[in-house]
Amino acid sequence: MMAEALARQHRIALTGNDAVAYAVKQANVDVISAYPITPQTFVVETLSRYVNDGELNAKYINVESEHSALSAVIGASLAGARTFTATASQGLAYMWEALYAASGLRLPIVMALAARALSAPINIHNDHSDFFGMRDAGWIMFNGEEAQETYDLTIMAFKIAEDPRVLLPVVVSYDGFIVSHAITNFYALNDDVVKEFLGVRTTGPKIDPDNPRSYGVLALQDSYFEFKRQQYEAMENARQVIQEVFKKYGEISGRNYRPLKEYMTSDAETCIVAMGSTVGTARHAVKNLREKGEKVGVVGILQYRPWPVKEAEQLFSRFKRIIVMEKVMSPGARAGPVYEDITATLYPNYNVKMIDFIYGLGGRDIPAQGVIDIYKRGKELADKGKTDKAYFYGVRGE
Amino acid sequence: MSKLNPVAKISDLPEESKFRPGHRLCAGCGPAITAKIITLAVPEAIIVNATGCVEVGTTIYPYSAWKTPWVHVLFQNNAPVAAGIAAALEKLSAEGRARKIPVIALGGDGATFDIGLGAISGALERLDKIIYLCYDNCAYMNTGIQRSGASILGAATTTSPAGKVIPGKQENKKDLIAIVASHHIPYAATATLWLWRDMVNKIRKAVNYSEQGPAFLHVLAPCQFGWRYDPHLTVKVSRMAVETRLFPIYEIEDGQLRINYRVSKPTPVEEYLKIQRMMRHLLDPKNAETLQRLKNWIEWNWQRLENLEKAGKVF
Ligand SMILES: Cc1ncc(C[n+]2csc(CCOP(=O)(O)OP(=O)(O)O)c2C)c(N)n1
Ligand code: SF4
Ligand SMILES: [Mg+2]
Repeated sequence: MMAEALARQHRIALTGNDAVAYAVKQANVDVISAYPITPQTFVVETLSRYVNDGELNAKYINVESEHSALSAVIGASLAGARTFTATASQGLAYMWEALYAASGLRLPIVMALAARALSAPINIHNDHSDFFGMRDAGWIMFNGEEAQETYDLTIMAFKIAEDPRVLLPVVVSYDGFIVSHAITNFYALNDDVVKEFLGVRTTGPKIDPDNPRSYGVLALQDSYFEFKRQQYEAMENARQVIQEVFKKYGEISGRNYRPLKEYMTSDAETCIVAMGSTVGTARHAVKNLREKGEKVGVVGILQYRPWPVKEAEQLFSRFKRIIVMEKVMSPGARAGPVYEDITATLYPNYNVKMIDFIYGLGGRDIPAQGVIDIYKRGKELADKGKTDKAYFYGVRGE
Repeated sequence: MSKLNPVAKISDLPEESKFRPGHRLCAGCGPAITAKIITLAVPEAIIVNATGCVEVGTTIYPYSAWKTPWVHVLFQNNAPVAAGIAAALEKLSAEGRARKIPVIALGGDGATFDIGLGAISGALERLDKIIYLCYDNCAYMNTGIQRSGASILGAATTTSPAGKVIPGKQENKKDLIAIVASHHIPYAATATLWLWRDMVNKIRKAVNYSEQGPAFLHVLAPCQFGWRYDPHLTVKVSRMAVETRLFPIYEIEDGQLRINYRVSKPTPVEEYLKIQRMMRHLLDPKNAETLQRLKNWIEWNWQRLENLEKAGKVF
């Protein structure tokens, strides 16, 4: 890292949850509202402590449910405040209708999601079912692989959300327990650097007694569609804004983010696609496979919505085979959501053989050997042309 | 925010309401009169409306009947939305980034008694600095007159029809104020349109109290469409609900319950039932048992309130 960039930050060891709370504190949010749920709980505990110790001058609304948590930040955001909430799993599911209200009202809310499986059966461990469940809710969606990315994305999320060209809520997801509870070293920007980068919120809807407006009105057949069209456009605008924010943040921090993270892809014939903490595991596996002469690389998804269409098109069209690893299932679908995003991106120039693997549900462990197994099996299936369905990895007896 | 004093006569109110004509609520709509009284009682406020008739009928894009800031988000979350706004205003006004004005959560009986009750309880328990006003038209009107926890015993709604075997709703109205008062908030009261001055002054009192914590108002707002009476009778129906003791007018302030309109000689409830088709079937001799249960409940409830009033600061 360049010396100047280094001078703007400090090294710190925190869990993923505490890294998020730390970023939120530095972002000087005005209003926080959240409800505890494993594995996110430490975010709200740490933020409560910051507020009660006077380290963060924010209002903390201790609500009785996640539905109310998101509702309270919607209200606060409408009043012009910078707002934050955090949740996981059932909590996110409980927020569902308010997710659409937040994006439809064009509110720059930031939410952290410690990704966790959904009931039933109840399970507190990591997969991405909750994350993908909010896919079409109109939120910008990021995925942090470890504490560093999660911290950086949380800071950048406010900048992106509040950009007048965007004004959409942003979720920053990171794997429950694997990231949320693991203490790692990372670089945090100094308080004054974040303060300068973000300032205070000045954009977006703002209830004003001197200029009374109505928010959240009834829009019928003659106008609803235009509201939605504008919302869609805001998500399109976000592509450019995210690029600009990544660039600016890179100049400050020395960490240059891209929507899709590549590892050993330049000459790869086969590409393994993953999201979240598995990306690191896959890199490790690929290093081993490379030593054995396999031409394989990894693509990690950092930005899921807006889906980075151009980057994905350029990148994925280079490979002979793509093996997608998904910690989510979509029963009855052709394959998982990421598989479908990639095939839709490549269509109609679709020469690559694609294989979808569902793995890791409910926190089923995925060691590097697991990625190697998936690679070997995926490669074989691809070469045999058996691409007509999704495969499972790691299910007992299968 | 400056304290609001009680008003004595109608000329103490502003000439123009910030709830403007041109909305699409029914003629003679009790909730519409409620909305108007709110905006006359309070010089400025942020209205946080739950989904329901008032919301749907007043802000059909690109029009809005509200000349005061107005917000709608969902059906069951106007209390936490209002709490979020109030918290934000407190923070931002301290930094000169906003001006603080009262925040009034406005919800129907469905939003308040039923689907939003947990969220309202949360706001009351946290002592959020908001006013909550429930306009109670005794059913889910916006979706077509379905039974709610506020519908009265015997009410014929589309989900509790006056059938051949079951003559309408068989359960009593939920005791909302008792639930609210159990949170020991600074102020809770009932009101209705007919007693407009009482209602105005209670709204003003609630606004004053909301500097300390939540204040709650339960307003009976007759609905000609759902209750099926002639539209010009709304205020009379409101009056009869009070004079039959079906809807007692009282307030709880600093833990003390006070009956504000003492009904010494109640009008027989039959008079009230016969003018609305929602209730009229109770006069059919075959429904005598349900009618008797309703009468017993009215008497028991009145007695209970008198006892509570005498008991002192029990809330
Ligand atoms: C979660 C949810 N469930 C159901 C509805 C449908 N809905 C809209 S308004 C309403 C009834 C409203 O009743 P009330 O609160 O009494 O208000 P009113 O229409 O009587 O004024 C219902 C059931 C909804 N909008 N949201
Ligand atoms: S249905 Fe009832 S509450 Fe709704 S607008 Fe008509 S009169 Fe008013
Ligand atoms: Mg109603």
